[in-house]
Amino acid sequence: MLTAELQSIPAVVEARTDHGQDIVWIDPPRIVEACRYLKEEQRYVRLSFITAVDWYPTEPRFEVVYNLHSLDQNHYLRLKARLGGADSEIDSVTGVWRAANWYEREVFDLFGIRFRHHPDLRRIMMPEGWEGHPLRKDYPLSGPR
Amino acid sequence: MATDVTAPRTMILNMGPQHPSTHGVLRVVLELDGETVVRAQPDVGYLHTGIEKTAENKMWSQAVTLTDRVDYLCPMVNNLCYCLAVEKLLGLEPPPKAQWMRVMLAELTRLNSHLVWLGTHAIDIGAMSVFLYCFREREELLKIFEMASGQRMMTSYIRIGGLALEPPLGFFERVRQVIALFPSRIDEYENLLTENPIWKERTQGVGAISLEDAIDLGMTGPTLRACGLAWDIRKAEPYTGYDRFDFEIPTLTAGDVYSRYLVRIAEMRQSVRIVEQAMDGMPAGRVIAEAQGVVLPDREKMKTQMEALIYHFKIVTEGFRVPAGEVVQKVESPRGEMAYYIVSDGGTQPYRCFIRGPSFGNLQGVPKLVEGALLADVISSLGSIDFVLGDVDR
Repeated sequence: MLTAELQSIPAVVEARTDHGQDIVWIDPPRIVEACRYLKEEQRYVRLSFITAVDWYPTEPRFEVVYNLHSLDQNHYLRLKARLGGADSEIDSVTGVWRAANWYEREVFDLFGIRFRHHPDLRRIMMPEGWEGHPLRKDYPLSGPR
Repeated sequence: MATDVTAPRTMILNMGPQHPSTHGVLRVVLELDGETVVRAQPDVGYLHTGIEKTAENKMWSQAVTLTDRVDYLCPMVNNLCYCLAVEKLLGLEPPPKAQWMRVMLAELTRLNSHLVWLGTHAIDIGAMSVFLYCFREREELLKIFEMASGQRMMTSYIRIGGLALEPPLGFFERVRQVIALFPSRIDEYENLLTENPIWKERTQGVGAISLEDAIDLGMTGPTLRACGLAWDIRKAEPYTGYDRFDFEIPTLTAGDVYSRYLVRIAEMRQSVRIVEQAMDGMPAGRVIAEAQGVVLPDREKMKTQMEALIYHFKIVTEGFRVPAGEVVQKVESPRGEMAYYIVSDGGTQPYRCFIRGPSFGNLQGVPKLVEGALLADVISSLGSIDFVLGDVDR
């Protein structure tokens, strides 16, 4: 069960507690709204990380994961947004936390998820001009791509 | 066409990826106006080895060896974070002795890492001799690690369920001898630096950052504590029994290079305290849980009991299954918040293993530290955030 504060987050699709950790699924088009609310109203001032999980071949295949931290409440909250393989695009949260910049670049680089309105969406780990996104499940560990 | 000589002109300087003060393969693109940094842009990825992808293709127990190679200056802390995450998914509790040993080893690793930081940071700024003293003590710590695990650096000593081996005879005496040296040795480093006018000139007021900026940019660890935030995961969310230890979180408020130096020195003293407490209260018993089908059976049993032999064979050949679920495990690495986000689909391999290296977040704050400062101060600012490129690029 989630607390009343968490239930008041805008655009919640689903919520669950797994191993004592709160996870909330957000409607992807409203991710920035939800993040801004959490930062400004509920003091989730720290963005711990952003990453993604590829559930290929299930659709929607991607889950973008945001790990937020409220220093006042000593509480971590995981936001998730499900994205399909065909339209893997979501708004950037760099306007909410500057820390999102590199994490979004990493997700873009390794998963091929595009972040709209990101100030500097370039590859960060792989060389420029690299083809493919290595952390996708249909990208092989070795051999021809 | 005549050139306008009065127009402001800047020059681009590539620092790294082979520059000694970038501690590995970091490249910083600097835009300079004379000697002043107008813009700094760190460029990472030179050491990207796809550890997360590899982990997804290894069995749960095999992936432990990959975690050593993430942050190679604190392998035990990486092992610990990964194992704690997997143990959480399995619902497995390591025996008390394993937990106390883990705390002790994590703190020895912190000392080891801080010694490398102090030595290299001082050498960057020109204090050559500090490096020699730091590495003298570090050598003793590495010998302790070698004694326990057989390896100096890539220890893989902390395993799912406990530790790889019982520590050898004479191990605890050795740790006691080495740790007894530390308080006076830390005084020695401080004698060389803390009141040294050149050191103070090069570090005080240099690379300062406000607490709000540091949090917003994703910085953690000693960098945040030097800005005045008393947040340490060992206290905020104790793991592996840290709540039974008595220690303090050193903080300062200036947020500059000098404060980060003082915070880390104070942390080393606290680590010594924790190791002493761990030694005094070390429980007896096994160092790895008895969990059939997950932890390898004892050698003796494996050779005398049919069932144990079968489990041994199964664990080695096909691994073990971890119930479907996901967990984020955080630990306080010497550099800040280290987190492993592990997703299991119920199989024998991690479905997803994301590693939040503290250096990645800390490095993102570098432009804020150096923009507007002098080129020479870039060196001390970079050294002061103590990043490890393996931790950034993974």
